Amino acid sequence: MTPDELREAAQIELAAQARYTQKVSVCTAAGCASCGGVQVKEAIQRQVAEEGLKEQCLVRSVGCMGLCSAGPLVAVEPDGTLYHHVAPDHAPEIVRGLDLALPVKDLVCPTDQPFFARQHKIVLENCGRIDPDKLPEAIAAGGYEGLAQALTTRSPAEVIHEVTVSGLRGRGGGGYPTGIKWTTVAKAFAAEKYVICNGDEGDPGAFMDRALLESDPHRVLEGMTIAAYAVGASRGYMYVRAEYPLAVTRLKSAIRQAERAGLLGKNICGTPFSFDVDIRLGAGAFVCGEETALIASVEGRRGAPRPRPPYPAESGLWGAPTLINNVETFGNIPSIIRKGGDWYASMGTEKSKGTKVFALAGCIRNTGLIEVPMGITLREIVFDIGGGVPEGREFKAIQTGGPSGGCIPEHLLDTPVDYESLHELGSIMGSGGMIVMDDSASMVETARFFMEFSMAESCGKCVPCRVGTAHLYDLLDKFARGDATPADLALLEELCDVVKNTSLCGLGISAPNPVLSTLRFFRHEYEEKLKAVTA
Amino acid sequence: MTPTPRVKTFRIDGRDVVGREDQTVLEVARENDIRIPTLCHLDGLTDIGACRMCLVEVQGWGRLVPSCVTKPEEGMVVVSQSERLARYRRTILEFLFSERNHVCAVCVSNGHCELQDLAEEVGMTHVRVPYRYPGLAVDASHGRFVADHNRCILCARCVRVCGEVEGAHTWDVSGRGIQSLVITDLAAPWGESDTCTGCGKCVQVCPTGALTEKGHSVAEMSKRRQFLPYLATMREGRR
Repeated sequence: MTPDELREAAQIELAAQARYTQKVSVCTAAGCASCGGVQVKEAIQRQVAEEGLKEQCLVRSVGCMGLCSAGPLVAVEPDGTLYHHVAPDHAPEIVRGLDLALPVKDLVCPTDQPFFARQHKIVLENCGRIDPDKLPEAIAAGGYEGLAQALTTRSPAEVIHEVTVSGLRGRGGGGYPTGIKWTTVAKAFAAEKYVICNGDEGDPGAFMDRALLESDPHRVLEGMTIAAYAVGASRGYMYVRAEYPLAVTRLKSAIRQAERAGLLGKNICGTPFSFDVDIRLGAGAFVCGEETALIASVEGRRGAPRPRPPYPAESGLWGAPTLINNVETFGNIPSIIRKGGDWYASMGTEKSKGTKVFALAGCIRNTGLIEVPMGITLREIVFDIGGGVPEGREFKAIQTGGPSGGCIPEHLLDTPVDYESLHELGSIMGSGGMIVMDDSASMVETARFFMEFSMAESCGKCVPCRVGTAHLYDLLDKFARGDATPADLALLEELCDVVKNTSLCGLGISAPNPVLSTLRFFRHEYEEKLKAVTA
Repeated sequence: MTPTPRVKTFRIDGRDVVGREDQTVLEVARENDIRIPTLCHLDGLTDIGACRMCLVEVQGWGRLVPSCVTKPEEGMVVVSQSERLARYRRTILEFLFSERNHVCAVCVSNGHCELQDLAEEVGMTHVRVPYRYPGLAVDASHGRFVADHNRCILCARCVRVCGEVEGAHTWDVSGRGIQSLVITDLAAPWGESDTCTGCGKCVQVCPTGALTEKGHSVAEMSKRRQFLPYLATMREGRR
């Protein structure tokens, strides 16, 4: 598909959609699908057919609209009504409402609430707005425009420059400047280079990558292809965990459709540039999200990390220079190319640019997926967008960064969300999981939960992580049971120090973070557990 | 055509040393009689940086690095002995001793054990973390050898020597984390392994009493590593 053909395809699709006077979009991404989204869609479809409205009303599947706790969600256009908690039985009412242009009052979800109004969508701009299984819809929404632009009007160096200017940093959690990473791979001499997309999202409570892959897979593929062009790679691997079957299905279908349309594969957009993408499924190991372990897994070996350097950018997949970025990082690329690095850099803070997608979970009213500008405070996220903790409970802490992150207490909620600020608090940005805890949560038990996770997910290669996390778990268990002594508290702190400073990879290095941050902000909870013994 | 490796001058523990850029800090240290403790490293096998005993400080680098996989850089300042490193090394040894059942007094390798020697070297006199006492099996199904998982420290020397040198790849690691175990073939008893050639290299490279020859009583099993320098030379040639 040449750029002209791409524009034409977009026009044709828009014209086809314009034939319908109304559009009913039902979320069938994992969150809504788990509470009957697919059945709702079928029921509405049947109802529309029965009432003979098929010619004027389009019923379609879309991806995640964000407010997962209120699912299944149904959006009606052009009047912009959003229905929540829809059941298949509501289909007749909803379809009748279409006819009269009178929404069903009981089901209406206000879209002017802060949850929607305070968000700023870049990566998620098409999530919930297009049918992820239909390439023309993605194209009509601006999909692959950035790729066509990059391939036909810019050199690889110019593409990298744009990404560098944007200030984009790795969204998988590390926050490494994306432009620098791309430059390193681009400058490496090699006959073969690879691009890998890391979709091994494993933090408990995190579902950003899943939602994006399920809702707008073409955006990720487009970002990967632009990256491949920029660094000079001709093969790519999409590493997705097998626990995301819907994301895998939609990705497969997206790859097939993009290949058929000449947007992936040989001579993309009619240029000499070729890029093939294969999917690799993760077999359930959290550590495979670590880049060197991920590479080992793609190569078919045991998913265990190796010491760096050499970094994958120098020696990665099969020893070739390899670019590894997270799903969300690639999701930012098409917009940066289309609108420019300066535009992207105008959002966010001095060192953290653009927006970040977060998965809000735990004791919070609005559970779901959000995208906010960097620099927004945690308080705004929890209380404005998230709607605060449910009635009758008090906010206690917010956990960011999963098993590698930490718990942030109430008095620090005015901290801006950026890589440095969160790091100073002993937590990390992480991939974007945010778990809110109310006053009924025990911080010792929270630390124990995450340590149990790290212990179970340690690959076992290096001693401090393999044995250290097991001892830390036992110690935390002792605290939780109320059997700990003051000597145990000292030992706990010492072992955290050893594991943090001597482990081989990020999993072990960051495994003590949940303990250290709860010790820092909620030390009294540990001490209270001690008193029970001495008294 | 590979470019000729350059020579780098740097410092270890205040001493000026010289190494080629394709060597490791550990190799250069040993050439200069600077003793850095190691467990998973063995000359002639690929280094994996797993045991973390050889961690050293490098001035200006934020993190500690394993000297067995760190290449010399011009002007780098390496510290291999410090109070902090000694503390970490002791704790890591405590981790290893507590992980499984290392009962020296009844071990066939007593007195010929690298784990034991290291504990003496770094002054690990007692273990402060609770012993885990896992109930692990002893595989005596092989005609000449025994695998006692209670003594295994998962250094993966057996895995590497079997795969890289003997070429059989009988050994590998199964499970993960604290549940990891070295296995023969797909966890079949050693004696039933189709791939094992019975060469015994794994036994000879094993640092502890985990892999031993049959017919030895307490403290009688000493390892014969005469073939190792030869091995290293062979690998040099392959480079």
